[in-house]
Amino acid sequence: MQHIESESVHASADIGTDATDRGAGIQLEANPMIPEAWTVSAVTKETADTFTLAMAPVNGSNSSFQPGQFSMLWVFGIGELPISISGDPAVAGKLTYTVRSVGQATSALVGRKMGQHVGVRGPFGTGWPIEAAKGNDVLIIAGGIGLAPLRPVIYHVLRHRDEYGRLILLYGARSPRDVLYRKELASWAKQKNTQLLTTVDYAGVTWRGHVGVVTTLFKFLRLQPTRTTAMICGPEIMMRLVARDLARRGVPTENVYLSIERNMKCAVGFCGHCQWGPHFICKDGPVFPYEKIVPLLDKYEL
Amino acid sequence: MTIQNLEQTISEHPLFVGLDSSLTNLLVGCAANVRHEPGSYIFHEGEEANHFFLIRHGRVTLELHAPHLKSIVIETLGAGDIIGWSWLLPPYVWKLDARATETTILIALDGKCLRTKCEANHDLGYEILKRFAKIIERRLEATRLQLLDLYATH
Repeated sequence: MQHIESESVHASADIGTDATDRGAGIQLEANPMIPEAWTVSAVTKETADTFTLAMAPVNGSNSSFQPGQFSMLWVFGIGELPISISGDPAVAGKLTYTVRSVGQATSALVGRKMGQHVGVRGPFGTGWPIEAAKGNDVLIIAGGIGLAPLRPVIYHVLRHRDEYGRLILLYGARSPRDVLYRKELASWAKQKNTQLLTTVDYAGVTWRGHVGVVTTLFKFLRLQPTRTTAMICGPEIMMRLVARDLARRGVPTENVYLSIERNMKCAVGFCGHCQWGPHFICKDGPVFPYEKIVPLLDKYEL
Repeated sequence: MTIQNLEQTISEHPLFVGLDSSLTNLLVGCAANVRHEPGSYIFHEGEEANHFFLIRHGRVTLELHAPHLKSIVIETLGAGDIIGWSWLLPPYVWKLDARATETTILIALDGKCLRTKCEANHDLGYEILKRFAKIIERRLEATRLQLLDLYATH
């Protein structure tokens, strides 16, 4: 979840619930519009323009999240961004984000140094169907930085290996130098019951992996279509073609899930910035069952 | 491999699945087994295209070499894929290089032999054209997606 075309650069959280309106003596929930301070604890360079930031809470804030959820990250004085959580959901006291530097706010975010603060709101939104997928093969199809919101699913499945069938990861990147999480990809590929295929759009002749769009990897799979839960994240056209190919291969539509990104601002369904047909992506998504959004995916103006 | 095995292998390849057995029999007469070791070229750009290949095992890269530019891999192909349609259309010349990157087992179909049979038997010719058109369509769609450079802004 990274909003390139819509980096909102604004000075204050202008929409919110005013806690004082609710009356005295009532247990108030934390105001979702107020960011909590977190400290950057590690920065890892993934590619030339993509960095993974690990953060630790300043005030003991809750770090639990569902794989697929996102946070709103404030770089104070610059702006706020919706960024998917890319870390291990089983690790407490830490939140991890993988961010590609493409604009003012994202470049400010990836430029944070260890010990500097970032404002965090969330986690928000729906997660990947890790419960519904139990007993099934888990087919993860990621394009570009779309691998980041799916990494927590991979961690989860590997930690709960007996609860799932095969883990299959198909990952498409722009070129070999744009491949994220290289060391982890190599270690995941060695896990039992795991199949991992990486493909790129462009490569020189020394690249040992595949070249071609991610759907060309399907031919290397031995799918058990009716026992497969597919989770897809990437550019929308890629997700649409992947979902179409999965249907052609007999994967039931109700087992296919996509993560949609739009212009999130408030992240709690107030402001309407991320409205997509009848849905607010920030709270009804970002993860949607494919069958719920098929008609919307074909409307390119939405 | 016996003729029967060759026939079975051809009829089970995704390109020819469902093809009438009388037509498959016509193909067998033009087919031969080929093996390529890792690194060896199956064909080079500019050479006469007298065959196409069904991949049974292994991996093949299609490569494009342009003067003053780095050579690039256009696509990688594997079991179940086919290599080459230049045999089908004049001037019957390869437009790319094809290189085995693993030990690769192929069935080579003689293009001249097949073209003659397709001219004589239009049922065979039409079936072959339909099946190749589908592959060309799929690869064109994939190439268009690559052209979009999807991951550049994502």
